[in-house]
Amino acid sequence: MNMLASYLTLAAVLFCIGLYGVITKRNAIIVLLSVELMLNAVNLNLIAFAKYGVQPSITGQIFSLFTMTVAAAEAAVGVAILVAVYRSRASVNVDEFDELRR
Amino acid sequence: MSSLAEYAWLVPVFPAAAFAVLTAMGRGAGRGGAWIGTLASLASLVLSLMLAGQRLSGTAVEYSNHFDWIRAGGFTLSLGYEVTNLTVLMLVVVSLVSFLVNLYSHGYMKDDERISTFFAYVALFSSSMLGLVLSYNLLTMYIFWELVGVCSFLLVGFYFRKPEAKAAAKKAFIVTRIGDIGLLIAILLLFWYMPNHSLDFTEIHNVFGTQTGVISMGITTLIALLIFLGAVGKSGQFPLHVWLPDAMEGPTPISALIHAATMVAAGVFLVTRTFDIFEASQAAMTTVAVIGAFTAIFAATIGLAQNDIKRILAYSTVSQLGYMMLALGVGSETGAMFHLFTHAFFKALLFLGAGSVIHAVHTQDIREMGGLGRKMKITAGTFGIGALALSGIPPFAGFWSKDAVLAAALEANPIYFIVGVIAAFFTALYMARLFFLVFAGSPRGASHAHESPAVMTVPLLVLAVLAVIAGFVQTPFSEWFGEWLFPGAEEEHASVLVIVVSIVAGLLGIYLGWLIYAKGSVRRDVVSSRMPGLVRLLERKYYVDELYDLVFVRPLGGLGKLLNVIDDYVVDGAVRVVGQSASAIGRLNTRLQSGQLQTYALTALIGLVILALAIAGRRFW
Repeated sequence: MNMLASYLTLAAVLFCIGLYGVITKRNAIIVLLSVELMLNAVNLNLIAFAKYGVQPSITGQIFSLFTMTVAAAEAAVGVAILVAVYRSRASVNVDEFDELRR
Repeated sequence: MSSLAEYAWLVPVFPAAAFAVLTAMGRGAGRGGAWIGTLASLASLVLSLMLAGQRLSGTAVEYSNHFDWIRAGGFTLSLGYEVTNLTVLMLVVVSLVSFLVNLYSHGYMKDDERISTFFAYVALFSSSMLGLVLSYNLLTMYIFWELVGVCSFLLVGFYFRKPEAKAAAKKAFIVTRIGDIGLLIAILLLFWYMPNHSLDFTEIHNVFGTQTGVISMGITTLIALLIFLGAVGKSGQFPLHVWLPDAMEGPTPISALIHAATMVAAGVFLVTRTFDIFEASQAAMTTVAVIGAFTAIFAATIGLAQNDIKRILAYSTVSQLGYMMLALGVGSETGAMFHLFTHAFFKALLFLGAGSVIHAVHTQDIREMGGLGRKMKITAGTFGIGALALSGIPPFAGFWSKDAVLAAALEANPIYFIVGVIAAFFTALYMARLFFLVFAGSPRGASHAHESPAVMTVPLLVLAVLAVIAGFVQTPFSEWFGEWLFPGAEEEHASVLVIVVSIVAGLLGIYLGWLIYAKGSVRRDVVSSRMPGLVRLLERKYYVDELYDLVFVRPLGGLGKLLNVIDDYVVDGAVRVVGQSASAIGRLNTRLQSGQLQTYALTALIGLVILALAIAGRRFW
């Protein structure tokens, strides 16, 4: 039980750091990195529950593998969009991306 | 025998049609339009004369016709017309003066570019006034009563670019409105209390004249006084007389037609029509007599000190209408209608004569006139006849009618008689002053005066003839007029005393006027040097206008300003607060819509936290 608590605490800390980065950082790259951090915190939770949960099973580990795959794809797409945006606007600052407002 | 009376409704229809045509043609009608109005009034006159001829022959019966206007359950309002000797008399007077004024206006208004508008208004007025006298019930009469008020407003304010004319038009309308409210309330009370809710004059005559006790004494007095209030407003009696002299801002033919001969007499006519109600209440009769007598002498004294030719005549009109009211108050319908009849002719004559003078010298101040008698022989002669008639000198019309009034007054109460005689003396004095200052002596102002064209002098001549002969219909020797008009009514016979006293009063007034203003043997400032306060009081018209201004106009104006402020800041303020708060909320919300991704994320986070806290809180509490 103790082990689960420490894993979950670490995951929560990681998640909050990621969330903080997503909300405060201006650079879109860092925002993307922070999102990765949040995803990894979730992965950590999945694995922790797979090992020390009420009903330990392999499903959690498999699910985290899927998440990593999707995260890789997401990072690729996200960076591609960023490159496209940088080409058109010569900036990667998130606070300048306010097209939705208009 | 097919009675012409069935077609009496056509009399007011002719001018109404002329009004419609002239209004449809607009200002383009020009001088041709003026002839349309004149022809219509001629048609009315001819028909009125034919009706009168039929009634004079004594073969025609009284005729009335009406249709139901509104019918709901047991409730009916009807409109209609009635042909009696009284209404026919008024028809002839109104249509005759109207026709002559129409004719006269061709000369007087020749250079006015709105001449067709003028004739349209005159036609509308003639139509309304003829409708008023033909009315068979109070409701019909009230409708026309208000219509003549509107016409008076339009015509007083005809020169609406002049601020005085605008103010006078408003004053005329608002002051008469006070009286109209009284009349309206009286009609509503009558409608409430009369059997079958009937407003017919015949029915009123039956209820108040023959059956007594149907309506209680208090209500009868109240109704009579309220009707009288309407008459006071329309006929310029004290204390609502203030609008009539100001109404002289209108064109002079209008002053002759509306504010001397016809509309202002409508009040007297109204009281005559509903006379049975008054006769049923002694208090109402006394009120009518006192107000009439007081107005007669009150206005006559003001007339002594005025310098505007039309204002003198206006106060004279007020004073003469006071005589008519006095006659009604002492129970002499014949005296009142007789004086109305003669007064219509000689006062219209005086006003048209004054118009002729104003047309020639372009001023209304009698101090700037003088010596016009040599240049304007017809005007001076006819004006002189009118002045003599007004002063009550035999054999002119005014003498006979004023005698009838004074005889009735003497019979009722010697005080009324004395007041009447003093007023007659003042009347003769101010007419003498007016006549001698304008026509005698040497010119004091512009001296290029010339006689008016024939189109203006012919009406003067016609009216002058009438001012001489109209009185002979009712003399102490033959009382045909009263018999014809009010069959069976008992009338007082003029006594020698009345005749002598009134002639002496009239002659004395004229002699004094001649001494002061023509011969100069009595100095003009004989009164003003000794009693400057009195003269000032008269010149300022007893400060009635100032008093009203202080007591009614200013406080009400202040109240209006206060309400305006409340409207601006409280009512409009509330509306503005609602509107502005909506737009403020809108502005606030646009700030949320920033397009900043991270702000959205933060908001979502905060929302999530609140949601989590709420769920957790629910679990624990």
